[in-house]
Amino acid sequence: MARPALPAQHGPTAPPLGAPRPPQKRAPGRSPLARILPPARLRRAWLPYALLLPALALELLVHLVPMLVGIAMSFRQLTQFFIGNWSAAPWAGLDNYRLVVDVHAPVGADLLASFAVTCRFTLLSVGLSWLLGTGAALLMQDAFRGRGLLRTVFLVPYALPVYAAVITWAFMFQRDTGMVNHLLHDQLHLTGERPFWLIGDNSFAALVTVSVWRQWPFAFLCLTAGLQNIPRELYEAAAMDGAGVLRQIRSITLPSLRPVNQVLVLVLFLWTFNDFNTPYVLFGRAAPRAADLVSVHIYQSSFVTWNFGSGSAMSVLLLLFLLVVTVLYLAVTSSRRKDA
Amino acid sequence: MPDARSPMAPPRSLVWTRRVVLGALTAFALAPVFVMAVSSLKPLQDVQGPFHWLPSHLTLRPYRDIWHTVPLAHYFLNSLIVAAGATVCSVTVAVFAAYAVSRHRFRGRRLFSLTILSTQMFPGILFLLPLFLILVNLGNATGIALYGSRGGLILTYLTFSLPFSVWMLVGYFDSIPRDLDEAALVDGCGPLGALLRVVVPAAVPGIVAVCVYAFMAAWGEVLFASVMTTTATRTLAVGLQGYATQSDVYWNQVMAASLVVSVPVVGGFLLLQRYLVAGLTAGAVK
Repeated sequence: MARPALPAQHGPTAPPLGAPRPPQKRAPGRSPLARILPPARLRRAWLPYALLLPALALELLVHLVPMLVGIAMSFRQLTQFFIGNWSAAPWAGLDNYRLVVDVHAPVGADLLASFAVTCRFTLLSVGLSWLLGTGAALLMQDAFRGRGLLRTVFLVPYALPVYAAVITWAFMFQRDTGMVNHLLHDQLHLTGERPFWLIGDNSFAALVTVSVWRQWPFAFLCLTAGLQNIPRELYEAAAMDGAGVLRQIRSITLPSLRPVNQVLVLVLFLWTFNDFNTPYVLFGRAAPRAADLVSVHIYQSSFVTWNFGSGSAMSVLLLLFLLVVTVLYLAVTSSRRKDA
Repeated sequence: MPDARSPMAPPRSLVWTRRVVLGALTAFALAPVFVMAVSSLKPLQDVQGPFHWLPSHLTLRPYRDIWHTVPLAHYFLNSLIVAAGATVCSVTVAVFAAYAVSRHRFRGRRLFSLTILSTQMFPGILFLLPLFLILVNLGNATGIALYGSRGGLILTYLTFSLPFSVWMLVGYFDSIPRDLDEAALVDGCGPLGALLRVVVPAAVPGIVAVCVYAFMAAWGEVLFASVMTTTATRTLAVGLQGYATQSDVYWNQVMAASLVVSVPVVGGFLLLQRYLVAGLTAGAVK
């Protein structure tokens, strides 16, 4: 899916589009025409709604209605026989949910394993991306020769089409013909055998590497922008008081970056947890167990086994999980910010 | 940008840390680009054996062969139509919506913003299945082929970039003085005239940036393309992946093809990075 910076606007730090602005009332009688012609006024009243209508209709059609349909589908026994007419599928009540959360049966056990893999993957990938982004942003805070060029270079992973980049990584991770094993095994002699990267347990490391590669430039971008908003005087005052570089980072930089970090970490979390493109392109349809992320897992159990009912139930559970985490995260981080 | 913070030169240790860390990050960021470029210039036997950093001899053959091994031109055309269609529709719709949000106070303004933004939070997989079924059923009911057609894909993609486009354009429109469109209104333009003749021309940089963003989003999408296309409407995202998972992969050709499909978007992005970066990070920083 596309990766807009949008969820960023959910944070309480970012005023949403509709944040209250100072009312800008038109002075009555400013334009004499407006008073003589009430139809013009009437037109004004519905005009914003007319302008919004296309955007709203499209979002409803493609996002909201399908989501509601998805929730309805999760209560039905929806197999390939009912694709053409899904409302004729027999009612299943909570059967689908019972099936996918029963961790003693294969379906539930697989989902649980996939969920655990996704959690580990998300923690590692978000943590590393954040670390690299912060490190690079801090190191590039002061001007030096070539800084502009480096910024452009760091944007490249973000700008490449996902599939082109991930296919290239898949080539690099080939056991016998790939660059990674050439470097690690042939040149640095770090491994005894040529390891497999795209099957078996190593596939988890491969997936994290590619994910961090794609993600950290965004962290770098946001943090660079955040750093530019910190007033220079703060550093000057601290330096005058004898604070060293590390002390300045701890006492000025990190606290000032807190609002940026709050939103950035949430966005990275949502993207990473929902990531489909990276594992799907890297491993193809059958992801190894060690790297079986939840989105690919749901995709497979829906489109490979054609069981849309249980696939929808899994999706709904995923959505609930993301909602709960997001709300808790925002509540915790926002209250802490108020205390500080 | 001149730096006024420290009058002294930075300490030596910092300079070296900076060189080492940034050097490593550059290598990490560019490794795939390097592999892509070098491998695309290798003859086939080079990529079938162990990897080497440089080609045994340079050849441009992969760049000729890609057009015959798979219908790459066909995929290219499909991607171009879908991405361009989604871009034009998305930006047009976004311009109107952003104008309403930027210039009008109305009931439900906040609700609209929240609705449209919250759609971005949800996993694609969640509405992929229902959307797939809705398009199939709509097609059966109306006779308009939406599933498997480029139109269906355009419709889907345009909603992906729409919220962000609206958000970014509201910012641009807000920075254009209201006096301009008020003057146009007084001169007898309708509100739409004011939008099209005054506001849009003044917001051209923002509109261009939003176009690049929407194009990139559609050009790179994999999940919906893999489900909602047929052989005739296959886009690069699906075609290239099929190319790379054949039983006998011509990696030099795949790398050449990857490079060719990357050039349009990477070029556009880097050329317009100033505008795009400002917009991309606006939400997180404000």
